[in-house]
Amino acid sequence: MHLAHHIFSSDVTKKAIKTGFGEGLVKAAQKDKRVVGLCADVTASVAMDLFAAQFPERFVECGVAEQNMAGIASGLALAGKIPFMASYAAFTPGMNWGQIRLAISHQRVNVKIIGSHAGLSAGADGATHQALEDIALTRVLPNITVVVPCDAVETEKATQMLARTKGPAYLRLMRHATPVMTTQETPFTLGKAEIFRKGNDVTLIAAGPLLYEALGAAELLAQRHAVSLRVINCHTIKPLDAATLVQAARETGALVTLEEHQIAGGLGSAVAELVSSLHPVPVLRMGVNDTFGESGKPEELLQKHGLTKEKIVQQALKALLMKRKNTHYV
Amino acid sequence: MTLAQLQKMANTLRQDIVAMLAEAGSGHAAGSLGMADVFTALYFRVLRHDPKNPTWSYRDRLILSAGHIVPARYAAMARTGYFPLAQLRTLRKFGSPLQGHPHPGRLKGLETASGPLGQGLSQAAGLALAARMDGARWTTYCIMGDGELNEGQIWESAMFAGKERLGNLIGIVDRNNIQIDGNTEHVMPLEPLRDKWESFGWHVLEIDGHNLEMIIDACNQAKAIYEKPTLILAHTIPGKGIGFMERDFRWHGRSPKKGNEENQALEELRSLRGTIVYD
Repeated sequence: MHLAHHIFSSDVTKKAIKTGFGEGLVKAAQKDKRVVGLCADVTASVAMDLFAAQFPERFVECGVAEQNMAGIASGLALAGKIPFMASYAAFTPGMNWGQIRLAISHQRVNVKIIGSHAGLSAGADGATHQALEDIALTRVLPNITVVVPCDAVETEKATQMLARTKGPAYLRLMRHATPVMTTQETPFTLGKAEIFRKGNDVTLIAAGPLLYEALGAAELLAQRHAVSLRVINCHTIKPLDAATLVQAARETGALVTLEEHQIAGGLGSAVAELVSSLHPVPVLRMGVNDTFGESGKPEELLQKHGLTKEKIVQQALKALLMKRKNTHYV
Repeated sequence: MTLAQLQKMANTLRQDIVAMLAEAGSGHAAGSLGMADVFTALYFRVLRHDPKNPTWSYRDRLILSAGHIVPARYAAMARTGYFPLAQLRTLRKFGSPLQGHPHPGRLKGLETASGPLGQGLSQAAGLALAARMDGARWTTYCIMGDGELNEGQIWESAMFAGKERLGNLIGIVDRNNIQIDGNTEHVMPLEPLRDKWESFGWHVLEIDGHNLEMIIDACNQAKAIYEKPTLILAHTIPGKGIGFMERDFRWHGRSPKKGNEENQALEELRSLRGTIVYD
């Protein structure tokens, strides 16, 4: 998978996913003059300032008006532009879902919706700014591709690939610096989940930077419990890579999902929906369990909500047990 | 077309609207009838468009934000040759390109989907901005209802168009004073409406929305104002042309029933024969 070396060392490279977006957008804009950027008064916060400085004539400041921004982006796309519209995920798609539904999803226009500060990464800002519902909001809309990249390098690739791929899309960004796991050589294709670690006992399916915890948990499971955990980077939540995920269900017989999102409606739900009809196996969903966040450091919040490698180990062992019991009954 | 011919055409559109709504069994009669003159002026005189080439890239863009009055647009499109007249009778029926609220994926010549209110002006502003970025010469028009001005997004987009000084954007508000729950000034007062738009950086023209000459003049004037967007406040009578519907807000979300109501409405329109008296 050409992952970065020494990712478990204490000096692992960390970089904010949103920065990967900012750099990817500049590259996409250099290649295609149809790329335009829209922002709602948080330009530097969502790392669109790089683009705005290089391409001022293609940057549209919409002010604090996310509903209008979605409509403006739609209109620009109708005229052939490739608009990237960005704000915090709590505001887009959080505050303009109806506009996204009508003017972007229903019309199937080429708008890229960028939701930053998603998950618990808004940290100190508190519950209001911690979008834990954005995957559910976008995934339910027809025509929209939903991408949740795991690190800054993957985000840069995803941004450029979305610019080249016609159709509406949602790209989920995080605010804080997270470990860089992938390299330029790591494969990335929209709609294609990647196996980041081989394993046969249980499969862990993750999207976003928590993938790092999943890889750490796989180490622990191997060392302490002689359990081999397959780890899948499911960066595209829609369309889901049915082949890779069903194969994991078939070959390992138990799944755990992991995301910084409500356990309702996100990656875990998508996986459960898929395997329940194609190859039913136990699916344990890890995420935020029907509650809101609060102020705190992201790592404090992840600890509180049980999104750590120790908890992943527990859930993987539980899934293994469920699989074995089930086999026993059959 | 001469002015007299345009007036007659507006009457024909009204008859189409009554017939298609009666056949559909549901739909919004009052606003559709009230805006028949504006659609006539746009489709038969003002717009640069080609019914045989609906995606012609140099066409003017007409955004209908108040999607519920789309029967008026469908009638104008059929009468200008976008699709066969007979198709009007499929309005709101399964499989029809004439969806209850417009969808461009189903019918070429529509620019946007609408129905959920307040969204059209944002998209129109996006189109106008794209045209300016590209140095394109086409004009973007956006038809709004007055009730939909309750939506906050309208004012977000009005502010945006004012800021960007989108001189290639022309808004038309159907000022018919009704919305579903009653008179606009009872439901949610809009006045002073002219002042509101002006304070958002728009040039405002106020016209009789049934006077075809005034509609055409206003659009020409608006095109001449290039330093800011123009808003045409078109005063109309909801249900115009049919006595038992005119000015009655209860006809906002209703359609004439097949049989007596339809026949009486058509009879009223036919007896006027295109000579609807201007207010």
